[in-house]
Amino acid sequence: MRRWHIGRWIRRHPAGAASAAVLALVLLAAAGADALSPHDPYAQDYDALMRAPGGPYLLGTDYLGRDILSRTLHGGRTSLLISGVAIAAGTVTGTVIGLLSGFYGGWLDGVVQRVVDVVQALPSIILALALMAILGPRTENVVAAIAAIVVPGLARIVRSTVLQLRERQFVEAAQALGASDGRVLRQHILPNTLAPIIVVATNALSGAILIEASLGFLGLGAQPPTPSWGNMLSEEARRYFEQAPWMALPPGLALSLTVLAVNFLGDALRDTLDPRLRRTAA
Amino acid sequence: MRPFLVRRLILGGAALLGLSLLAFGLIRVIPGDTVMAQLAESGNVSDLAAARAALGLDRPFAVQYATWLGAALRGDLGTSFWSKRPVIEDLLAALPVSVELALLAMLLAMAVALPLGAAAAARRGGTTDLLARLLSFGGLSVPHFWIATLVLLYGSIWFRWVPPLGYVSPRESLGQNLEQFAIPAAILGLHLSARSLRLVRSSLLEALQEDYIRTAWAKGLRGTRVMWGHAFRNALIPILTLLGGQFTYLLSGSVILEDIFSLSGVGRYIVEAVTHRDYPAVQGAILFTGLVVIGVNLVVDLAYAWIDPRIRYQ
Repeated sequence: MRRWHIGRWIRRHPAGAASAAVLALVLLAAAGADALSPHDPYAQDYDALMRAPGGPYLLGTDYLGRDILSRTLHGGRTSLLISGVAIAAGTVTGTVIGLLSGFYGGWLDGVVQRVVDVVQALPSIILALALMAILGPRTENVVAAIAAIVVPGLARIVRSTVLQLRERQFVEAAQALGASDGRVLRQHILPNTLAPIIVVATNALSGAILIEASLGFLGLGAQPPTPSWGNMLSEEARRYFEQAPWMALPPGLALSLTVLAVNFLGDALRDTLDPRLRRTAA
Repeated sequence: MRPFLVRRLILGGAALLGLSLLAFGLIRVIPGDTVMAQLAESGNVSDLAAARAALGLDRPFAVQYATWLGAALRGDLGTSFWSKRPVIEDLLAALPVSVELALLAMLLAMAVALPLGAAAAARRGGTTDLLARLLSFGGLSVPHFWIATLVLLYGSIWFRWVPPLGYVSPRESLGQNLEQFAIPAAILGLHLSARSLRLVRSSLLEALQEDYIRTAWAKGLRGTRVMWGHAFRNALIPILTLLGGQFTYLLSGSVILEDIFSLSGVGRYIVEAVTHRDYPAVQGAILFTGLVVIGVNLVVDLAYAWIDPRIRYQ
């Protein structure tokens, strides 16, 4: 792989670099939610129900008198943890399936391709909803549902990359030297599929964060009282928005900013890692 | 054309068959007892034994599937646990709402994306290009359900505006119908235009690099004529195909928007079916949505092959 010069990369992709910085801050805030939160995100202050921003409650309180700033920080941890774990699981599974189906071809490939066709025929939110209906609204199930959505896209991109690599001379050379299939896949093919995997997984991450939030919004994600960016905007909360409009802003802003940063970063990464797309992509 | 058509139809059929297995198999992935426990918890089913029989959980898988598929092929998707009506009737009643929302959003998205995408491609790296880029990233990143929430919230606080409840068909009153659809269609349309904008821009950029464009310039044609008469017409094919592909995305977007704006379309139906653990409705809705998507993709592919002869011989 090509060696990068960080300084040059930052100069060439200012938006990407700024996004990486924003994302690092968001991750730090989510990871350090316990230390950063001025209040306990679950503590209900009945003397300060729906208190406007200011005073001890910097961003105000919600309908149960809970501190919105603390809940937004902890909500970020919930949302990012769910999407992050789901993407990791989905990426690994999708990569393994793509590697095997591209390398061996045959009936395995046929079956995988048809399954991918089917799953991609359904809008991802509908698939996620259906899975939540079956599995029940629990945090682990949200992770499983999002991971399941990520797998087909990755499997397909990895497969098509492997199909090209399989014909290359360095793979033939390794095989001629008697390398086992496992060794060829691990040592020679996998490293060359990393660039498209990173690009697709980054794209999938912004999608995953949005789907997690959508499920929370519909009351099917992480269940209350655990805060998540999505469920802070759920029906239960929306009933009080008119009396306390400040409840609506922090989770949505945090969500938008994070997804925006992931999208910009993904774009910069694609530009860097996939020179073929550089000519026309934004 | 014939081999392409046959191959495409076979693949579409295979996808449909797989889809039916998915829709059917989904609630059997986990043990039946768990399904029953969740049904009992949901409180909308009183007779669990009857529900078990209605779902066919008391018979072997192959028999259940064959029976269910046979009925589905005749248009019978079972009876909803919640509304107690045939699922297919509910879905057909919901379809026009979703179609209208999708069409309005698509129109709006085109009205924004085509001129803006062309302007961005014409002056690559210029101010318009930058603005278009910001708009498309913003549109892709800010969740539309949050925008919708804010529009409803501040519409009500500042203008005392609340969306009318209950669907009014355009034949009854076009004005009221549009009042219902304008805002959700605008939100969905802007969201979609963010996506299409990049497609339009990159397709045009690619077309603008072709030799015939240089020829057109060399002939002394004006910029607008080169852009619209030459580049745009050739970029139109990929643009139209890509837009067809956006249909799945449009359906996704309408799920939550229909729910927020109380439009009783297919999306809202699915959300309610999921919330009520209404399994026959969930199954039926999955099959129905997949059928629509696969159908649209097939039509788009065929239209593409019809417009562009090069595709047929690949």
